[in-house]
Amino acid sequence: MAHSGEYHRGLHRWSILLAFCTLLLVVAGGLVTSRDAGLSVPDWPLSYGKLMPPMEGGILYEHGHRMIATTVGMFTIVSLVWLLIVEKRLWMKWLGGAALVAVIVQGALGGLTVIYLLPWWISSAHASLAQLFFSTTVAMAIFTSGWWLRAPVSVDEDERHPIRGLSLAAPVFVLAQLALGAAARHKAIGSIYHICGSPIVTFVVLWVSLRILLHYARNRELRMGALTLIGVTMTQVFLGIAAYMSRIAYADAVQPMPLMVAFTVLHVAVGALTLATSVALAILVRRNVPAPSRAYSSTRVAAVS
Amino acid sequence: MVCLAGCGSGSAPPAELKAVAPVPEARVDPATACVITGQVIFKGDAPKMAEIDMSSNPQCERQHKTPAKAQTVVVNPNRTLRNVFVHIKDGLAPAHWTPPATSAELSQTGCIYQPHVQGIMEGQNLEILNNDPVNHNVHAECEKNAAWNESQPPRAEHKNKQFSVEETLFPVTCSVHPWMRAYIAVSPHPFFAVTGADGSFSITGVPPGTYTIEAVHEKYGSKEGRLTVAPSGTAKIDFTYGT
Repeated sequence: MAHSGEYHRGLHRWSILLAFCTLLLVVAGGLVTSRDAGLSVPDWPLSYGKLMPPMEGGILYEHGHRMIATTVGMFTIVSLVWLLIVEKRLWMKWLGGAALVAVIVQGALGGLTVIYLLPWWISSAHASLAQLFFSTTVAMAIFTSGWWLRAPVSVDEDERHPIRGLSLAAPVFVLAQLALGAAARHKAIGSIYHICGSPIVTFVVLWVSLRILLHYARNRELRMGALTLIGVTMTQVFLGIAAYMSRIAYADAVQPMPLMVAFTVLHVAVGALTLATSVALAILVRRNVPAPSRAYSSTRVAAVS
Repeated sequence: MVCLAGCGSGSAPPAELKAVAPVPEARVDPATACVITGQVIFKGDAPKMAEIDMSSNPQCERQHKTPAKAQTVVVNPNRTLRNVFVHIKDGLAPAHWTPPATSAELSQTGCIYQPHVQGIMEGQNLEILNNDPVNHNVHAECEKNAAWNESQPPRAEHKNKQFSVEETLFPVTCSVHPWMRAYIAVSPHPFFAVTGADGSFSITGVPPGTYTIEAVHEKYGSKEGRLTVAPSGTAKIDFTYGT
């Protein structure tokens, strides 16, 4: 899967730009919810019947979010066209297509949640799909990189401490935790479910990361990936506590308070980064720790056990 | 789609339509009409009224010489509580009360909803005005009535809305200006009042009888009391909130 493509610097840089813009979009979406601005523009797809309404109060956040979303949608179309023209890997073209479908569905969910006055299930689906889409763009940036196309420095899987299957647990649990967070944020469930999920997902992330650090640490890429995931996850836990405490502190506030907004939006953004990092680590593991039948196909580093 | 709603002739009417008995038109004999009065008292330390930060929209901010304050809890100088909706919750004979021909009014002035709390009758018109030079969105966050969210640009036509189902204190918000919040109660009868600057209320023209009176505050919730009012009489009931 890794070696059949050609490196296209422009496409790779474009994919990085798309991922960066998507992270900005996640931040903008977080601001909309945290500033209670979700319904400040009652109509969709136009805003107050215009392409550009006065950017005042909550409209700045809601319409700004729509503008960034439109940009990301356009960028995704360009990505797919670019992939269709230059990419040799069929699965990569499918990934570009899936990204476009995801961004279209995401736009439709955003419009529907405005029209139907923020029903929890549409808003939660919109927030969760945003996280998945961001990870997809990060994966596209990885797969279009020159690094991906080079032969990996691989390491044999330690039979006593397997990692290929386990590495998939981290993104699955992180995504579930993000979905719980989205549901809590849109008042579908109490925050307690998201809070209770936190130690579980942290445990799974540490389990995966520590297994890599203890048994696969001589592979530099795996080591760096595991350390990054631990760092991002710990930052996320801190931000979650800070966001929750700020909400308690400002429970009686008449309007969204800046500190609460800042912690909450950072928590949403770093949540997206946590998922993307866990996805990247899973990709890295499955690349650098080949399945047993492929273990001798490239440069190998002995596993430390 | 049209057929689904209107082409069902020939079959029996739905059960819920058959079950509704005709309700007589309400009538109060002026000779025996009563008055229910009272006060809503606040005990304990009055919470500080938070200042609203309108800096995100200077056109709103400019309309206030001093910072506007949140109306969530307003304790009057005489230690009474303002903006409490008081109504007859139970005890009236089943009847249809005709809503007044005059409209209730909800204005947006200085990026504040006025009045902060009001009651209207089922079917009564609510006229919504935007007196500000900025865009507002008016979001009626009803649960029993159909919720709606509509924009109201500056100098736009007044909006006219009605609510058909009894509902106690639902918020009306504006997401452009997240501090904007008013509360509306929809009553099936005209026997309600909202406490003002002296914390008192007066409900007039009430038929004699025994009633459950409910006071509802947006933050402190509801309290109930029961009273009997004799023909042409006045009955008093006070409510106490706070610690």
